[in-house]
Amino acid sequence: MEGVTATGEAPPARSPSPGVSLRLVQELEGHEDRAWGVAWRPCGGSSVLASCSGDKTVRIWEHASGSSPASATWACKAVLDSSHTRTVRQISWSPNGDMLASASFDATIGMWEYVGGDFSFIASFEGHENEVKSVAWNSAGTLMASCSRDKSVWIWEVLPGHEFECVSVLNGHTQDVKMLVWHPSLDILVSTSYDNTIKVWTEDGDGDDWHCAQTLGPPGRGHTSTVWSASFNATGDCLVTSSDDLTLIVWDTSADLTNSGSDDSAKWKHLTTISGYHDRTIFSVNWSRLNGFIASGAGDDCIRIFVESESQESAQEGSQSYELVHKHEKAHTADVNCVQWHPKVSLRC
Amino acid sequence: MAPALINANPVVHEKKERTAKLQANYNDSSPDVIDELEIFDHVRDITDPEHPYSLEQLNVVTEDSIFVDDSKSYVKITFTPTVQHCSMATIIGLSLRLKLLRCLPPRFKVDIFLAPGSHSTEAAINKQLNDKERVAAAFENPNLVDLVEKCLVSTEE
Repeated sequence: MEGVTATGEAPPARSPSPGVSLRLVQELEGHEDRAWGVAWRPCGGSSVLASCSGDKTVRIWEHASGSSPASATWACKAVLDSSHTRTVRQISWSPNGDMLASASFDATIGMWEYVGGDFSFIASFEGHENEVKSVAWNSAGTLMASCSRDKSVWIWEVLPGHEFECVSVLNGHTQDVKMLVWHPSLDILVSTSYDNTIKVWTEDGDGDDWHCAQTLGPPGRGHTSTVWSASFNATGDCLVTSSDDLTLIVWDTSADLTNSGSDDSAKWKHLTTISGYHDRTIFSVNWSRLNGFIASGAGDDCIRIFVESESQESAQEGSQSYELVHKHEKAHTADVNCVQWHPKVSLRC
Repeated sequence: MAPALINANPVVHEKKERTAKLQANYNDSSPDVIDELEIFDHVRDITDPEHPYSLEQLNVVTEDSIFVDDSKSYVKITFTPTVQHCSMATIIGLSLRLKLLRCLPPRFKVDIFLAPGSHSTEAAINKQLNDKERVAAAFENPNLVDLVEKCLVSTEE
């Protein structure tokens, strides 16, 4: 059974052989089918974790107040089970932690409000033709995006009174869109797809219109199979993506694509491919905002942690490379579907 | 008038003689290592979606088309549909997946592929059959599940 685990890590040392390790804090049991996704609530004093599953529910976990999140005092606080009729594939908190959106195979997006420690169901949003795979909020919390096997990406505007209005339906991917992630500060949206590409979407200068500013893939360098996941670093000048082609790719995303110039230098570029480490599809990758570590979760049941290499070689070549600093085998007894660093503490789930 | 079958005249092969291997294992004190024959025993009787014949009889799967590495918990099955443009290829692939999901210990990773050159849209079908999310969504589709379950009925005696 693919479950949820909260793992802690020892404080890292920035030496050639860093003492990075993962210590299992606790296994959270409760879901009755595979756990597809986890999400830490972005703010608030005590740590709250949401998880979603093939059992059609979203579970909320909290640790005992007064104790550290790295202690095994996590318990299931709520089970949100009324909003979906099929697998819940991903959940995402709004930046201020007041709302939780869920993406489901039942083709809807669920929306819950979190107030005073309690959840209340707001609404279901329809529109996608089939399975919704991902939902994500921009950094300001003013926009939400969703994507689906129907190949489209929808942009929703967040209006007063918990209303959501679809302002754009973006077509461009030629296959199933797997995951969405927003830039940490700019209104730039990244989508990953079964069509092996990554697309970058920005708003037109003048209107409410969104368009594809760049496609990361052929004819340039890119992934050669389904891209499952993407994650920006803390400043948003780099993006890491994971794929069924068994590699992670790190991209230079420092160019501000919101300025719609067609200058070639103002484009995102391939930086480095991390290959030879994974044996099966890499379902999830997450870049820690705290310590810069990249964590990956794959179909070989392992969690791997990579850091930017400080070796002499890479400094000379002028290119960046990444090295594996920890491989945690049998992190789960089955595929690792989702890895997420805690926003504040050195905790990984 | 019934809709035309994809392959109205399939070639039917003899069933391979079954060894009494399963009984022997009961008395065996060595750990239960899963091999090609055991996997074949699980899938050989899956019925073709269109004809009242098994995948073994139609040579869709053979013992040789299966590869198992028990120490790595890995299984790879290659299957050959009876015709190049068989639209049932995905159903056959899903039947193999569902059967193995039910029969194998959860530690196993399973890859299912069309035999190279056996189908006109081989790459597309292979990609679907090995995308866990697509397979999971397919198994939530009641019509698809019905079709697949019918193929598995003969294996459940």
